[in-house]
Order: sequence, then C-alpha cells, then structure tokens
Amino acid sequence: MKIILNIWRQKNASSPGRMVRYELDNVNEHMSFLEMLDVLNEELTRKGEDPVAFEHDCREGICGCCGFMINGIPHGPERGTTVCQLHMRHFQDGDELWLEPFRAKAFPIIKDLMVDRSAFDRIISAGGYISINTGSAPEANSIPVKKQCADRAMDAAACIGCGACVAACPNASASLFVSAKIAHLGLLPQGEPERDRRALRMVLKMTEEGFGYCTNTGECEAICPKGVKIENIAMMHRDFTRAVALFREEAKVGGTG
Amino acid sequence: MGTIALNGGLEKTAFFYQSVVGKKVVMAVTGCVLCLFVLGHMLGNLQIYQGPEKLNRYAEFLQGLGAGLWAVRLVLLACVGLHILSAYQLWRLKLSARPTPYLKKSYVATSYAARTMIWSGPIVLAFIIYHLLHFTTGQAHPDFRRGDVYHNVIAGFSNPAASLFYIAANILLAIHLYHGAWSMFQSVGINHPRYTPWLKRLAKAYAWVIGIGNVSIPLAVLTGVVK
Repeated sequence: MKIILNIWRQKNASSPGRMVRYELDNVNEHMSFLEMLDVLNEELTRKGEDPVAFEHDCREGICGCCGFMINGIPHGPERGTTVCQLHMRHFQDGDELWLEPFRAKAFPIIKDLMVDRSAFDRIISAGGYISINTGSAPEANSIPVKKQCADRAMDAAACIGCGACVAACPNASASLFVSAKIAHLGLLPQGEPERDRRALRMVLKMTEEGFGYCTNTGECEAICPKGVKIENIAMMHRDFTRAVALFREEAKVGGTG
Repeated sequence: MGTIALNGGLEKTAFFYQSVVGKKVVMAVTGCVLCLFVLGHMLGNLQIYQGPEKLNRYAEFLQGLGAGLWAVRLVLLACVGLHILSAYQLWRLKLSARPTPYLKKSYVATSYAARTMIWSGPIVLAFIIYHLLHFTTGQAHPDFRRGDVYHNVIAGFSNPAASLFYIAANILLAIHLYHGAWSMFQSVGINHPRYTPWLKRLAKAYAWVIGIGNVSIPLAVLTGVVK
C-alpha cells in the first residue's frame, strides 16, 4: 500500500522545525507503524539523508518509549494501543498522515519526533515511591489488601509514562500521569503512610515543571494506551486537598518513645 | 526538593492556591455557588408567567430582605471574582504550558462546551454587567421604573436587539454549565463509577433546563405570549 507522510523535522531543541513530505510506495499492511518508519529511514540513509528520529524500545507496547502524534492524536487513531503496536492495516491505501512530536513546554523537543520526558522522572522522584527497603519477597498474605483496592491500584499501575495524556490534553496537563501514581500507591497499605506527603510533593513538582491544569475534558482517558481513568485525577484532587487541610509538622523532639 | 513546611492557615492557603489543583478547587466551589444561584434566579424569574402582581411582589420581597440581600450579593460577587481570577490565571498557564501549538490536532473526547469555557465565560460576564445595568440599576434601560419589574422586563425585551443578546448569552451560559456543572464534582474529587454517569446526565439536564427556562422569557415577550 501507498502512504504519504508529512513528518515534523527539527534538528535540535534550538533550531526551528518544519513539515517534510515523504511518499512510501511499498508499505506492507502487517508492518507496525514504527517498522514503516524503519523502512523510510533505511531509504533516507541510502540517499545520504538524515533519518527521522523517533524514540522506541520494547516495541511491545509496555515500555512507554514510543509515541508521537498521528493526525493530531497521540499514538494514532486506534484506541488502547501505543504507536509501536499500531499496524498499517488500520490505514487505507493512499492515506496521507501528519506526524508531529508531543508538544508541551515541559517536553522539549530533542530531535524530530523525539521529546525529553525527564520531567516525568523528576515528578516520580518527588514522591512516586514508597520508602520501604526491598528485600526477599514477603509472605503473600501478611498484608491484607481489599480486592477493589488491588484492582484499582493495578489499573492505575498500568501507566507506562509515555506522555500521551500530556500531548492530548488541550492544556498540556500531566494530571493523568501524576494521579495514576498517586492512586496506584495511595490505594495500597504499603503506600498509605506517605499518601499525604506524596500528594503534596508530586502536585507541587508537577506545577513547577510547567504542566497545565486539568479541565476534566476526558481527552487523556480516551487516548491513554493503557486505559488509565480520570477517576484517578479526582483522587489526586481529593488527596491533595486533604493533605493541605490536615497538614501537620513532623515532631522535632520526641516521637522516639 | 526539601520537606514541605506549612505553618499557619495563611501559608497553607497560599500553598494550596498556588498549585494547579488548588485553583481548580476554587473554580469548582465558586462555580457550584454560582450554579445554584442561576437556578434560583431562573425560578424567580419564571414567575413572570404568573402575571405582573406575582413577579412584582417577589421583587418587593427580595428588596425587603435588606442586609440579607446585600450579604447574598457580596457572597456572589466574591464567587464571581474568585471564579474569574482562577480562570484567568489558569488560562495564562495553559498558554505557557504549550507554547508551540499543534499543526494538526484532533479531539476524541473533548466536548465543544469543554473547549470553549474560556470564551463562554467572558461573554457571559459581559452579559451579566449589561443585565445588571438593564434590569437592576436601569442605566441601560429605555424606560426603567423602579419596583415595576414586570413592566421593565416587557419594555426591555420589546427591543429585539436586547432580546437577541439575552438569548445568545443564555445559550452560552447553558453551554458553560453543560461542562461546568459536572466538572465541578470531578475537580473537588467526587468521581465514582456508580454515580459519575448520573452526575454527568444531571449536569446536562441542568444545562438544558437553565437554557430553556432563561431563553423562554425574552422569546415569550418577543412573540407576544407575555404582554
């Protein structure tokens, strides 16, 4: 099949970018979207041109590396999939596609379709963890977890941190990503002790990194390749509000028994 | 990043408001108050269909509240102020959060109402100012008679331009509520798979009721149903 691609080419963060048109004549419908770009890049390399830079790693839809806009939708037109798991059979012969990087101030462009998402790492460093030393696997039933909480925590933990939520959001908000981690850990007994502190620090960091705010449009939930729900965002708002209202200093003296 | 220290109520409030979450909570709470006001205001106004005496008596009753009326007005004014302030600051943040717009952007789930909150809001504000000058203080009214609300409404809406502006603004208000009346629950953290679908339906029904109720009055005057 024939596919026409308009791809955003940008040398580096400081140089201006532009759309460049490419035509591919022999696209196999069984190729993944990234395999099609591999074919394009081989062709460009043969011609001595600079290949299109895009991020990828596992190509199984679980690592969160890949992702760019296809016709204005992160990860393309199919729901519940990353771009590496999107196959060309979902497109028509002769389709013209526009490929753009995720756009947000907090996601500066590295090159072409690649963006720097280390803002996510810094948000996780701020509070997306539990302070328990890992060791050998604990006895499975030593900490009981309510089934509903385990289910919701697992669904939130499915977030792969690809950044599509930020890209899709009309306000470039990172609320879905941040709330997924807050819900994932906050719903479990292991995460409960640091729940307030986590909400305070992660929301503060998210604001500092220059992400926008949530207007409850539901766009992120609709395009999330892992189906993370905006119910988590409500939990983040609740946790943050409660954490501020009930904030208490840690005792400087005492508390040692 | 060190530990967060929040001493005292003022520091807490500032910390809360500075965050993207805090501003949305302020937006939601003030929005909720305004939502309830809009309903009460509409129900009061619909008494126009019960004739001049009923409506004018209701206006007299409201005026008779004296200090109470002013207390309500001040609360509403504070809510409007905070709603606008947080909206303005969040809008500025939105502009800075995505400095380079997409060349092509498609929306999968975002409603028209949700995307146009920032436009429906200011237009409704302009309308409210006109509305106050028109029916409350009278400066923008051609034949204002203090205390005779029924006459003021009929005379005011006999001008098709004024009526059309009322109709357009109230459609925008309904669109604003179509998104806002559900969004406020989500912003304060109320979301449950069992209740959220109903809250969304309730918000849409609410927007329709407010829209139809408010638009019906200028329409009824223009078409001569109410004279």
